[in-house]
Amino acid sequence: MADSNKTVRDVKFHVTRYNPETDAAPYVKTYTVPVREGMTVLDGLHYIKENLDGSLAWRFSCRMGICGSCGMLLNGRPTLACNTQILHIAETQLTVGPLPNFDIIRDLVPDLMSMFEKHRSLKPYVVRADEAEVNDPAGEFYQTPEQLEAYLQFTYCIKCGCCMAACPTLATDARYLGPMPLSAAQRYNQDTRDDGRPQRNQVTGSAHGAFRCHYAGECSRACPKGVDPAKAIQHLKRRLVLDYLRLARRKKACQKLHGPGQGQPPGNIPAAPPKTVTPSA
Amino acid sequence: MRETKYWTWHMAAGVVIFLLLGLHMLVMHLGGWTHLFAPFGGEAVSRDNSLFRDGKLFFTATYILLLGVALYHGLYGLRTILFELTLKPAAEKAVTFILLVGGLGLFGLGTWAAIVVHAAAAAARG
Amino acid sequence: MAQINRHDNRLGLWGWLGGGRWGIERYAYILHRLTGLGVLFYFLMHIVVTSLRAFGVYLWIEGGVFHQPIFRVGEFLVYAAFAYHAFNGIRLVLVELGFAVGAPIEPVYPYKTSLDVQRPLLIVMMILAAIFLAVGGYEAIGLAR
Repeated sequence: MADSNKTVRDVKFHVTRYNPETDAAPYVKTYTVPVREGMTVLDGLHYIKENLDGSLAWRFSCRMGICGSCGMLLNGRPTLACNTQILHIAETQLTVGPLPNFDIIRDLVPDLMSMFEKHRSLKPYVVRADEAEVNDPAGEFYQTPEQLEAYLQFTYCIKCGCCMAACPTLATDARYLGPMPLSAAQRYNQDTRDDGRPQRNQVTGSAHGAFRCHYAGECSRACPKGVDPAKAIQHLKRRLVLDYLRLARRKKACQKLHGPGQGQPPGNIPAAPPKTVTPSA
Repeated sequence: MRETKYWTWHMAAGVVIFLLLGLHMLVMHLGGWTHLFAPFGGEAVSRDNSLFRDGKLFFTATYILLLGVALYHGLYGLRTILFELTLKPAAEKAVTFILLVGGLGLFGLGTWAAIVVHAAAAAARG
Repeated sequence: MAQINRHDNRLGLWGWLGGGRWGIERYAYILHRLTGLGVLFYFLMHIVVTSLRAFGVYLWIEGGVFHQPIFRVGEFLVYAAFAYHAFNGIRLVLVELGFAVGAPIEPVYPYKTSLDVQRPLLIVMMILAAIFLAVGGYEAIGLAR
């Protein structure tokens, strides 16, 4: 087995630096990092911060591709720093930059708010006409495994913004909704519990909505979770066109409140404690 | 939803153009070889061959259809590209207006020419 | 709270052409744009020039301005642009209507995306465009006469 403490080779990190208080524009600073086997780019940045330059800023949390904080531009490709091994992508040189198509807050920290605002505008939650049932459920919504699979892939999105950084349309069109919000819209449109598609169609079918996607495919190539936003957007467009032509099968939200047990709880489950919160209407 | 409408027809127009412009290209580029709709020999685009096609109602009708459909497809495509440059709303309105007026103007010109030439060619043939 | 400076890091037009490791669909996308603009530019002039035949003016026949070799080459480029734009366009129509991208799947690493699903369609369309182009080229260089 390889000795994980042994330095394999030195790799030069060309890191984009930008301090909004002192710098007019970003510049590149180079650090030499001794790389061990299995070392991720995130580990390399930690090495720089601990040993070479404590002022370097970036965002991270979980270190295991779950939280979506450490999206960066590594050798020109947007991806997560935590699940990219240095030796897999770099011989001796590695460029590390912030995700493009977002404002830079500092160094490698992009401002993802523009993405989250677009995400919010698409109502990324189950929208139902029967609000009383949502606030005070009388049972469960029954969904078959096939119905689940119609949107499950798009639920794996971790909102890291890599797809937005890879998208050529977003490079020029600041108002384009982008791959991540659009695939989130498709995720809820496809959910049998949801009634919200007509509302979302108003946004996804707008001038800067789904039809600004021209299938360059970079979002699906960049996605570190295999969510395949390009696929979601094409299915979304299909549904928009069918809705416009009134050819879509009439989809009503799932009305069945009980699963195979027809709402009868198994006898051995103790009663729920009394409610402590009353949902507001 | 307005953009959904425009884009749906943009795609539908694309399919119509695929068929009609495909035929147009075969006639114009290969007609000198195949003599398809070019009975006078020589180049497919020679004056005689052009007049032969202009005298046929099928060609005049498809010219006008192709003109309208292709103008819509092309100018909407151009508008799409321009709109992806983060224009100001006023500029977007201006682009739409200019393309609409320009497109209608060219459609009027082309349709008028096709009908005038068709009438003349049909009259000459008797 | 004090105003924080931000550096706008949008890639701009360079983002259409580059910005990331390019995949074949990225090239297809940019070529679709360029050929579309090229064909449109030709088409708008074509309307005006051919409309002049209503006045008996045929600029493209033997002796006319547009019969010179340079315009013949240009016309063949338009033909080539159309061949690409048309066949790639049919692929895009199929893809954008969700026919050629596959159903949602469980993402298992290494991820297989809709790009892989529609790739055979892209290849078939490019072969058809190449055949269309070859036939036109065969005629254009005069072999057919």
